[in-house]
Amino acid sequence: MARMDFEVVVLAGGTSRKLNPLVSQEIPKALLPVANRPVLSYVLELLEASNLKDLIVVAEGEDAALRIGGWISGAYVDRLHVEVAAVPEGVGTAGALRAVASYLTANDVLIISGDLVTDVPPGAVAATHRRHSAVVTALLCPAPVSGPSDTGTSGGKEKAKKPVCCNIVGLDPTRQYLLHMATGAEVEKDIRVQKSILRAVGQIEIRADLMDAHMYAFKRSVLQDILDQKDKFHSIKQDILPYLIRTQLNSEVSDNGVVKSESGMDNISSQNDLRWLSQHREIAPSAFQEPHAFSLKSLPDARRTHKCCVYISSESKYCARLNSIQAYSDINRDVVGEASHLSGYSFSAQNNIIHPSAELGSKTTVGPQCMLAEGSKLGDKCSVKRSVIGRHCRIGSNVKIVNSIVMNHVTIEDGCSIQGSVVCSNVQLQERVVLKDCQVGAGYVVTTGSDHKSESLARK
Amino acid sequence: MAQKRGQRGASSSSADDPEVVAHVPLQAVLLADSFNLKFRPITLERPKVLLPLVNVPMIEYTLAWLESVGVEEVFVFCCAHSQQLKQYLNQSEWTKPAARFSVSTIESHDAISAGDALRVIYEKSVIRGDFVLISGDTVSNMSLAQALLEHKERRKKDPLAIMTMIIKHSKPSNVTHQTRLGTDEVIMAFDPETKELRFYEDKADPSQRVISLDKILLADSPAFYMHNDKQDCYIDICSPEVLSLFMDNFDYQHLRRHFVKGLLIDDIMGYKIFTHEIHSSYAARIDNFRSYGTVSKDIMQSWTYPLVPNVKYFGCCSNMKLDRQGVFKALDVVQSRSAQIGAVTLIGSGSTIGDHSVISNSVIGQECTIGRNVSVHGCYIWNNVIIEDDCKLNHAIVCDGVHLRTGVVLEPGVILSFKVEVGQQITIPAYSKVSLLPQPSIQDSDEELEYADANSGVIESRSITSMISTRNAELSPDYSATENSGLSEVGIAGVGYIWCSYEGGNDEEWRHSVAPIPASKLAELSHEDYEDPDVSYQEVNSTPVSGELRPDSEITGDDDADGTDYGDSADFDKEVEATFQRALTGVNQETVILEINSLRLSCNKSHADCAGALFLSVIKLGLEAPNSSNGELYQNTAKEINRWKDILKHYLKSVDEEIEIILKFEEICLEIATELSPLFSTILSSLYEKDILSEDAILSWASEKEGADESDKIFVKQSERFITWLKEASEEEDDED
Repeated sequence: MARMDFEVVVLAGGTSRKLNPLVSQEIPKALLPVANRPVLSYVLELLEASNLKDLIVVAEGEDAALRIGGWISGAYVDRLHVEVAAVPEGVGTAGALRAVASYLTANDVLIISGDLVTDVPPGAVAATHRRHSAVVTALLCPAPVSGPSDTGTSGGKEKAKKPVCCNIVGLDPTRQYLLHMATGAEVEKDIRVQKSILRAVGQIEIRADLMDAHMYAFKRSVLQDILDQKDKFHSIKQDILPYLIRTQLNSEVSDNGVVKSESGMDNISSQNDLRWLSQHREIAPSAFQEPHAFSLKSLPDARRTHKCCVYISSESKYCARLNSIQAYSDINRDVVGEASHLSGYSFSAQNNIIHPSAELGSKTTVGPQCMLAEGSKLGDKCSVKRSVIGRHCRIGSNVKIVNSIVMNHVTIEDGCSIQGSVVCSNVQLQERVVLKDCQVGAGYVVTTGSDHKSESLARK
Repeated sequence: MAQKRGQRGASSSSADDPEVVAHVPLQAVLLADSFNLKFRPITLERPKVLLPLVNVPMIEYTLAWLESVGVEEVFVFCCAHSQQLKQYLNQSEWTKPAARFSVSTIESHDAISAGDALRVIYEKSVIRGDFVLISGDTVSNMSLAQALLEHKERRKKDPLAIMTMIIKHSKPSNVTHQTRLGTDEVIMAFDPETKELRFYEDKADPSQRVISLDKILLADSPAFYMHNDKQDCYIDICSPEVLSLFMDNFDYQHLRRHFVKGLLIDDIMGYKIFTHEIHSSYAARIDNFRSYGTVSKDIMQSWTYPLVPNVKYFGCCSNMKLDRQGVFKALDVVQSRSAQIGAVTLIGSGSTIGDHSVISNSVIGQECTIGRNVSVHGCYIWNNVIIEDDCKLNHAIVCDGVHLRTGVVLEPGVILSFKVEVGQQITIPAYSKVSLLPQPSIQDSDEELEYADANSGVIESRSITSMISTRNAELSPDYSATENSGLSEVGIAGVGYIWCSYEGGNDEEWRHSVAPIPASKLAELSHEDYEDPDVSYQEVNSTPVSGELRPDSEITGDDDADGTDYGDSADFDKEVEATFQRALTGVNQETVILEINSLRLSCNKSHADCAGALFLSVIKLGLEAPNSSNGELYQNTAKEINRWKDILKHYLKSVDEEIEIILKFEEICLEIATELSPLFSTILSSLYEKDILSEDAILSWASEKEGADESDKIFVKQSERFITWLKEASEEEDDED
């Protein structure tokens, strides 16, 4: 059994508005380079490593789908069997799934967001899912610590390093079941825990330091039912997942597919599992049994329940989602830095990657945790620290690049200084440009001597 | 030395030079009054803490525990029946010079709550350091050393950590949502590391399906635990600041509901409460009859060791012998050979048990006489009780001196207070409470200085009169005759008043009774449990937009708030009607106005809404009375309007509200009581005559309706004559001016 009976859907998204001006028609989010590789490649290679080679990639917009399909067929020919499907823009993650749901046949479906950069094996999530015969299993990872690295020069001291609160989750004492989840705007509001669930478990651990990594294993029949019945559901994390969590003690999902035969028993006993969890810890201080404890079990129509499980990745694993410009910088920094094993490159003795075809002028230094891709040229007396520089860039002399990402075919003329910025492909920075915490959209020309701070520059 | 310093920091009264005071004795405040009415009618005659628990007064257990944990000074706060209590303590071992710690009493007759009690204690300034706050009805065998140490350590680090609460694992039933002690489930949240209490809710609104926790809870720490499987033992280690906090917040009454919640909400002072969980030892507070039963059984099963009947701990009742099956028997029990004594039963000294009697799961006090063929199951029978032949007792509490004549049947949950006598062959219905003392009316319920729960007033209760009549009907005639003739013993019948339930209604009696919960009730509840979620999920699912779950939709905007307003106006009408119904049962009008006002505020309604709702109630009242013709209907309605016009007028402050009433009246005639519609104009004019409606209101209503649809104008047309008359009258007045 090399392959588990799992089908994989990768939600590659389209051109996320949040990532303007980095993304464009030419470069959808999935193809944004992270350490000079499209971000989608991290997911694909992770799946490949787990021997999950039949994939469906769903992209928003025909254009994006074409580009992603083109790239995949080039890069992964003979390695993966990928179907690329296009869905209209703005249908949401649930909509994207709805479009491909009819193609799914396996018992379980693994759904991964295309912007995930992680080394958590999907197999671990799948195994947890199978072990509990859960309806859904979500991967939770420690919330990323955002902000520039502490050694960063650009305002690193302004904010104390604190995990960003992205989700509020409720777990049972064994941390296997997902009992509460607040996402998005709900995070800013009061925590509303369902009493019936608290009663069933007795104890809920509420945590704000975990992030929903957008890797889910779903029971296929349940997922399809929900997609069919709840046609208003728009998003997995905001609609489908909370719905399943909310109804786990009073299941509404019809479970009478093929799956039923093998897992039906577990479903009936799962509430008892929850009870058991809460009661096995201590025996009540009296041999007097509550008489109704028995009568309850003999109730004719035992309430149908289902299980929502979690797999919590360990602290040592890397897990991040590219869903903001800040995250983009962070991930690039980490992939060539502390999580360098993800990049797939081998680092030099100086702890950096300089492609043999790259040329460096005299007295130019490239520090550790840097990357310089093929064909790029640096002039004299340049300094590159903790930055990623793409292919075929032309960089003049006396250029300083710190904590930045420079994509492909960028021309940087003499005397420029770039800090904490993202410079997209085909940008031209004329002489003595100073950029600090800026984003420069593809093809933009920054004129001589201009000085920008915390700006987003893009062609109109 | 370090510890000494900590204590010194804690002590707020610095009367002595700290260097001289080498040792601050551990003090305890024992509240010998529960400040509630749950043990009535028994507590009318004897303080709760002196009620026997497995033949030993409850306070003995508490004092014995306090002694065992090294408390050196105990202040017993007495309130109700303070003389009895003082007398008891004076005669007890505790106040003898040989006692290992000092017990002194503090008496107050004004205190109606734990808060008041602590304020009195503060004023006495007797507390010098950390103290144990406990109620006199607590049974425990835990060791306090660890909790005390933790408390002191914390205090040293953080002077704001002023209280440590003892909690224990106890899972409430999934069906009844109450613990085995009969208390409501408590929802707590605390920090997993520090055990700091972050949230406490002991009266969660059962209609609310979600618990809302403030987001602030996650601001300081990334995680916390939420529990509903912890039981609050009501044993607190407090720092002296607790007393001064009660002083500062003179409105704090209840230890938990006000004080604990108050501290948790208050983020200015930053006081913190911590919890200490006990695992293997026992701690429970007797809050109601159910916990009385549960704790009694726990004691007999030695969970509270060494506070068990066969250990010579209390001085008295030491001659107990433990037989097989957990049967305790005093040595001098006279038991017939043919009598059967079943499992987990205790029989006090001097009691006699007749032939063929069966006793199981019960406690029998001292000097009791039980006749032949008596069956006693799950009962708590105190001292000097006489039970004649052929009685059947099932899950009842029978106080001192009760006399049950031949063939009496006590159904589950019956409470017979002191010296009640029950005549032959009488069956006392389930959950009845019988006392020699008549039931006090609701108004003077704090006569006994027991603090009635503030919420109780709002709970809807069945009309008292109807309760009594149904009760009496169930009794055999001669018994109710006794009742009518007061206390005189009538021949073979008995003595006593049957109390009707006054708080929470009879429906809730089963929750706190000693009797096991009836299976039918459980089935009903678990059924409800099944039904419930569907409703709420439908609600949830009906909110349309994706991503906006129900929680969100509440905050989406103003239009939403309006929406709910309309939705619950019918509810509001019902609430007002229910409140109004109580006015019928004797609650005076001012109280009703007060309650309606509070309803109005809580539902965010206007005076006009109240007026409308009240008017509806009054009209309904008129409709309820039997009537055969329109004339009679009018008579009835007019009578009710006349009767309640004061309340109505209270809400008719301006013309707008009066118009609201007319509109409501139209609505009633059209939708609720169509039989009234022919009477519209007559009632309208009588409303005018009684000064409830002013002519301005009627005229502006009429003019408002002028532009309306024909269908809307039925009533205006009907009242046309009256309106023209009004118009003319007012014109005449104008002319005169």
